[in-house]
Amino acid sequence: MASLRPFTSQDASLRTRSHFLADALVLVAVAVIFWLLIRLSYGITEPFDQVSAPSTVSTDPANLPYYAARSLLRMFAALAVSTIFTFVYATAAARLRRAEKVLLPALDVLQSVPVLGFLSITLSVWLLLFPGTALGVEFASIFAIFTSQVWNMTFAFYQSLITQPRDLDEAARLLRLTKWQRFWKLDVPYGTIPLVWNGMMSFGGGWFFLIASEVISVNNRVYALPGIGSYVAAASQNEEIGRLLLAIAVMIVMVIGVNFFFWRPLTAWAERFRAGDTVTVEQQRSVVLDLLRRSVIPAIVTRALRPVGAGLERVTRPLGRADRPLRVNQARRRAGDVAFAVIVCGLIAFGLVRMLAYVNDHTGLEQFAVAAGLGMITFTRVLVLLIVGTLIWVPIGVWIGLSPKVTRFAQPIVQVLASFPANFLFPFVTLLLLQTGISLNIGGIFLMALGAQWYILFNVIAGAAAIPNDLREAAINLRLNRAQTWRYLYGPAIFASWVTGGITAAGGAWNASIVAEIVSYGDQTLTATGLGAYIAQSTAEGDFARTLVGVTVMSIFVVGLNRLLWRRLYGYAERRLSLT
Amino acid sequence: MAAPTAQTRTALIEAEHVSKSFPSADGSTLHVLDDVTVTLHEGEVVALLGKSGSGKSTLLRTLAGLIAPTSGDVRYRGKALNGANPGAAMVFQSFALMPWLTVQDNVELGLRAAGVPEKERHQLALEAIDQIGLDGFETAYPRELSGGMRQRVGFARALVLQPDVLMMDEPFSALDVLTSENLRGELISLWARPDFPTKCICIVTHNIEEAVLLADRVLVLGSNPGHIKAEVPILLPRPRDRRSPTFEAAVDRLYAILTGRDEKSAAERAATPGPLTHPLPDASVGGLAGLVEIVYAHGGQADLPDLADELSFQVDDLLPLVDAAQMLGLLEVEGAQAFLTETGRSWYTADILRSKEVFATLAVEHAPLVATIVKALQNSDGGALRDDFFRDLLRRGYNAEDTEKQLDIAIDWGRYGELFDYDANTGELVLSEVAAALTAMLIERDADSGS
Repeated sequence: MASLRPFTSQDASLRTRSHFLADALVLVAVAVIFWLLIRLSYGITEPFDQVSAPSTVSTDPANLPYYAARSLLRMFAALAVSTIFTFVYATAAARLRRAEKVLLPALDVLQSVPVLGFLSITLSVWLLLFPGTALGVEFASIFAIFTSQVWNMTFAFYQSLITQPRDLDEAARLLRLTKWQRFWKLDVPYGTIPLVWNGMMSFGGGWFFLIASEVISVNNRVYALPGIGSYVAAASQNEEIGRLLLAIAVMIVMVIGVNFFFWRPLTAWAERFRAGDTVTVEQQRSVVLDLLRRSVIPAIVTRALRPVGAGLERVTRPLGRADRPLRVNQARRRAGDVAFAVIVCGLIAFGLVRMLAYVNDHTGLEQFAVAAGLGMITFTRVLVLLIVGTLIWVPIGVWIGLSPKVTRFAQPIVQVLASFPANFLFPFVTLLLLQTGISLNIGGIFLMALGAQWYILFNVIAGAAAIPNDLREAAINLRLNRAQTWRYLYGPAIFASWVTGGITAAGGAWNASIVAEIVSYGDQTLTATGLGAYIAQSTAEGDFARTLVGVTVMSIFVVGLNRLLWRRLYGYAERRLSLT
Repeated sequence: MAAPTAQTRTALIEAEHVSKSFPSADGSTLHVLDDVTVTLHEGEVVALLGKSGSGKSTLLRTLAGLIAPTSGDVRYRGKALNGANPGAAMVFQSFALMPWLTVQDNVELGLRAAGVPEKERHQLALEAIDQIGLDGFETAYPRELSGGMRQRVGFARALVLQPDVLMMDEPFSALDVLTSENLRGELISLWARPDFPTKCICIVTHNIEEAVLLADRVLVLGSNPGHIKAEVPILLPRPRDRRSPTFEAAVDRLYAILTGRDEKSAAERAATPGPLTHPLPDASVGGLAGLVEIVYAHGGQADLPDLADELSFQVDDLLPLVDAAQMLGLLEVEGAQAFLTETGRSWYTADILRSKEVFATLAVEHAPLVATIVKALQNSDGGALRDDFFRDLLRRGYNAEDTEKQLDIAIDWGRYGELFDYDANTGELVLSEVAAALTAMLIERDADSGS
C-alpha cells in the first residue's frame, strides 16, 4: 500500500534539497565562468610583435583545453557582437524609411558574400587599430566569425519586425510606449524565437570560420592565434594523426557541450515568447533550464537589475514615443528622398569607378574574365555536389523524417554533424588524395560536400516529418506504389524544404571552395583549378586587387544564382506545394 | 441628424469630412472612406455598424489617430491629431495582449509608458484587475486564459489608463455567445456607475443586436466607399430587454437600413451593371443553396434577424448570402423579410443537372463579373484566356485582396454552372460547352423578343 502514497515527508525534504542543490550548482557555474574569463583574458592582452608573432602553435595535448576555451570565447564574443549589431541594423532597416532602401539590399548581398575572402583585407585594418597587442589578430578572427553569422540573424530579426501583427503595433502606439519600451516589450520579445533559432544555426556555421580564421596568412606572413583551429593546422603540418583525432574528439565534445549548456536551454526558454495559442506538440526541454528555473538565483539577479532597467527607461524617455506622425510634408519628404538617392547613387558610382581603376592599375580588368571562367569551374563542382548530395540524402532524409522513432534518434546527430566544422576533416581527406593520387579537381567536390551536404539532409528530415499523417494514410489506402508515392506525395511535400536546404548548401559550398581548393598535409600541397583557389592564392600573396576581383565575382555568382534559380523554385514551392 | 442631447454636450473627438484612400495595385486609388463626419460627445455610447468592407474599422483607427486620413481633420478636444490619440484607449477583437507579459504586466504597460512610478502603477493595475473580475490571475500569461478572460485583460489594460474615450473594435466577436453576453452586461454596468472615469464609448460592430443593446446612437455605414448611410438614435431605457417589442423594432429598422439600397448606391446602380460597380457578394454556391433551402423550409418567407438568430449567425455571415441570392433573383428582400422567388423555388426543386443549368442562366444574366468572363471567353480565340487578363481588369476597382476574392467567387460560380473551367496550374479560364450553348439560346431569345 505504501506505493500508493507518493507524497511522503521524505519527498518534501528532497524537494527543498534539490532547490538548494540547484542554487549551489548555479553559483559554482557562475564562479567558474568568471574565473575562466579572467584566465583567458590574460592571454589576449599579451604583448605582441608583428615580426616575431608566432606562425604556428604547439601541438602538446596539454594545451588543448586552453586552446579550446580560447576558441569558444571567440565564438561567444562574435555571437554577442552579432546580437547587438542585429538589434541596431535590423531596427534601422525596419523603422527608417530611407535607410531601408540601402540597408536591405546590402543585407541581401552580404548574406551571400564569401566571408573568407575578406579575412586578409580586414586583418590589416585590425592590426592598425590595435598595434602592439594580440588584440588586433584576435579581433580579426572574431570579426570573421561575426561576418559569417550576423546576416542570417539580422535578416531573421528584420523579418520579425516587419511581420509584427498589426494589432500589437497599434496597441503599443495607443498605449503611448516610448521607443525604448516598445523595443524591449514588443520588438525583441516578438523576434526572440527567430533570433535564437537563427543564432543557433549561424553559430554552428561559425565554427567553420573560426577554424579558418585562427591561422591567417596575409602578405606572405602567417599569424596563428592560440585556438583549436590553429592546433589542427599545426598538427596537420607536423603530420600528427593522433593529435588530429584528439582535436576532433575535443571539438565534438565542444559542439555537444555548447548545445547542451547554451542553445538547448535558450531555445526552451524562448518558447515563452511564442505568440498566439499554438502550443507546439514537441515542447523543447532542457535539463539546464530546469535547473536554473528551480534555483532562486536568477530571480535574485533579476530583482537586483530592476532599478537599472527602470533607470534606462527614464534615461531613454527623451528619445520619444514609438509613434509615427500622421501628417508629413510631402514636398519636403520628396526633396529629401531625391537628395538621398542622388548622394547614395553618387557614392556608389564613385566607389565603383575607384575600385575599377584600382583593379586596372594593379592587375588589369581582364582578371574579371579570368575569375568568371574559374567561377564556372567551381560552379560545376557546386552543381555536382548538389546533385549527388540530393540523390544520396533525400531518400535517407525522407526515411528518417517519416519515422518519428528514427527522427528522435537521428536529429541530434545530424545537428552535430551540421555544425561540426568540416575543415577538421580536411587533413584526412588530403592524406587520402595524396595516397590514391586522385586529383583535387575532383576530390575538392568531396571536401566542399563534407560541410555543405548536411543542410540538405537536415531540411529534408524536417520536411518529411511535417507530412501530415492522413496524407500518408491516404497514399497507402489508394495503394500507390513506391514510385507513385514519391511522385504524388513525398516529392511535392518536401520540395520547399529541399530548396531551403539547397540554398544553404550551395552558399556553404561556395564559401568552402576557398579553403577546399587548396589543401596541404605536411609539406605537400594540392591545388585545384577554381575560383576558390584563385581567391586563396591571391590572399596568401597579398595581392589585394585580385582578391577583390575574386570575391566580387563569387558574390555575383552566388547572388545571381539565388535570384535566377533558388528564389523562383522557392516561390513555386510556396505557391503550389504549400501544405497549409 | 444628431441626437437632440448631443448639441449640449462637450465634443471629445470630431472627425470632419474624413476621406481615406489607398493606392491600389495598378496605381489608381481605392476609396475606403468618403467624406465622413462624426462627432463623439461626452456621455454617450456610439456604435459604428456596417458590413465588412464598409470601412468601419478604418474609421475607428482614424479616430484613434492610428492612421492618417487622406483628407479631412480629426480633432481631440479641439486639437488636431498628429499621432496616436492621447485620450483614447482601444480594446481589440484579437485582444492584442503581449503574450510574453503576465496579466499584471500587460495591464501596467500603459502606465509604465506614462512614467507612473512603480508602486503606484502596481496599485492602479491591481485595482483595474479587481474591477474587471480578474483577481487571482495576476501572474498568469494570456495563453493560459480563455478568450473571455483575455478580453477582460484587454478591458483592464484600456480602463486603467482612465481614457476619455474607450474604443472597441468588435470586442466580442471572437468570443462565444455566452461569454460575450456576459462581458457586454458587465460593460453596461460599468458604464452605468457614476464614478466610471471614461466619458464616451465608441464600438465597432457588425452585430445589430449588440449595437441596439449598447449604443445611444448607431451610425450605419454603407460600403464602396464607406460612408455614413444613416444615424439612428436608440432611445430605449437601460437595462434593455432583447425581447421587448421596441427593441425588436429597432433591430428590424437597422436590418432594413443595412440590407436596403441607399441613395448613393442607387445612383451607381443606374449605370449599366458592371463587374466594377457591382461586386459579387462573398457567397459560395453551397452557402446559397443552404440559404434557399432554409427559406423554402420556412414556407418561402423568412424574417432575416430571426433566421440569423436561429442559425446563431452574425450579420456578416448571413448578409453576403442574402445579397448574392438577391442579385441572382433567388430571393427578394423587403425590410427584414426575405421571400423565395419562383426562380429560387425552381432552382431548389430541380434535379442536379437541371439546377446547374438554371444557375448558369441566372449567373450569366445577373452576375456582372460572370457575364463579363463568359463574354470575353466567347470573343477570344479558342475560348480561353489567362486569369491575369481579368485580374488586370478588376484591379481598376479593387485592391489586390478583393481582386482575388472577386475572381475566386466568379470562378466558383462559373465552375458550378459549368460555364467555364479554370486550370489553377496554367491560370487559364476555358469556356465550357454549356456556356456556348447557353449564349446561343440567349441570343435566340433576344432575337425573338426583338422581332
